[in-house]
Amino acid sequence: MAEILLPPNSRFIKGEKIDASDGAKRKKTFKIYRWSPDTKDAKGNVKNPRFDEVTIDLDKCGPMVLDALLYIKNNIDPTLTLRRSCREGICGSCAMNIDGTNTLACTKAIDDVNGDVQVSPLPHMPVVKDLVPDLNHVYAQYTTIEPWLKTDSPAPSRERLQSADDADILNGHDGHGPAACILCFCCSTSCPSYWWNADRFLGPAILLQAYRWIADSRDDATGERLDALEDPFRLYRCHTIMNCTNTCPKGLNPAKAIAEIKKMMVARQ
Amino acid sequence: MTDTSQTKVPRPLSPHLSIYNLPLTALMSITHRMTGAVLALGTLLWAAFLISAASGEEYYKMVMYAASSHMGRIILLLWSAALYFHMCNGIRHMIWDTGKFLEKDKAMRTNYVVILVAVIMTAVTWVCAYLK
Repeated sequence: MAEILLPPNSRFIKGEKIDASDGAKRKKTFKIYRWSPDTKDAKGNVKNPRFDEVTIDLDKCGPMVLDALLYIKNNIDPTLTLRRSCREGICGSCAMNIDGTNTLACTKAIDDVNGDVQVSPLPHMPVVKDLVPDLNHVYAQYTTIEPWLKTDSPAPSRERLQSADDADILNGHDGHGPAACILCFCCSTSCPSYWWNADRFLGPAILLQAYRWIADSRDDATGERLDALEDPFRLYRCHTIMNCTNTCPKGLNPAKAIAEIKKMMVARQ
Repeated sequence: MTDTSQTKVPRPLSPHLSIYNLPLTALMSITHRMTGAVLALGTLLWAAFLISAASGEEYYKMVMYAASSHMGRIILLLWSAALYFHMCNGIRHMIWDTGKFLEKDKAMRTNYVVILVAVIMTAVTWVCAYLK
């Protein structure tokens, strides 16, 4: 069910204001979500999350939001916690909500945000610390679609081949097919339907991957895969809200992949 | 993989609706739901109209009096707008179910088509009603 308000332990308390811009010409303020299980009040209770406002000199850091976050971590507050790895939009580690939209901090330019830059973890997820969400549940859902090639024929002595057209279905003729997904979960955590029903709805990221195997010409388990999705929640909680496609930092289209699965469900009846 | 679900401190839930900048497609979606609920309620008014028409002139006049009051007209205007929006957006949903117009730019453009057509149909209905 939709629970509009955050639970009591997730509501915000007043954050700190840190001005480290030091008379800079190009200033920018970052409002960063902070929560740590180790930050406790005098009674020993864990403090609620807060947004800290940090103002920095943009001439001292790189152009992307990730550069700013690392600048803050390296120079102002080393306790700021976030995931990052490739810094070029291919690992999906630094997925977070920036300026109200889920995206990768490494490919989001600071100049693209008007005014202050608000940064929070991927929405409606349990928070491990600061900008790090707990992804166990989405990974567990990923295993339920059995994301590997299933075949009836014995393994050949070389690769299983497919035509260029069949490969296009997976890669996309423009490179934006389902196989280009980096599993950053920007889409799933942008979906209101997934917010309210994550326990049973698989969400756009996992359904895009389900489609990637359903549509694979080399896979022989299409019927079995469709059977597993034939459920009022797993697949059909998608109401074409389109937040997934609007937010995908790789320009992929989970909404269309889900529509294709729904079409295949009808076509096989 | 570290098992991060085991912890003594309950994890907070990250902010969602309060911080998310919902695109127009998402606002259209929630409006579709709300207009659906409004139409269900409006059906009761429609039923009241039919029952009164079947119950005799006196009741019929009573309902028509209520419907032609300022408040009645405002409710009818909203109900007709909800009907046309729900119908136009519903047609778009059926087109979406065929797998078409689901690209980001096309979904955004059809938003405006749905809104425009719904506004025109509402306006035409009311112009016709007042001209009569």
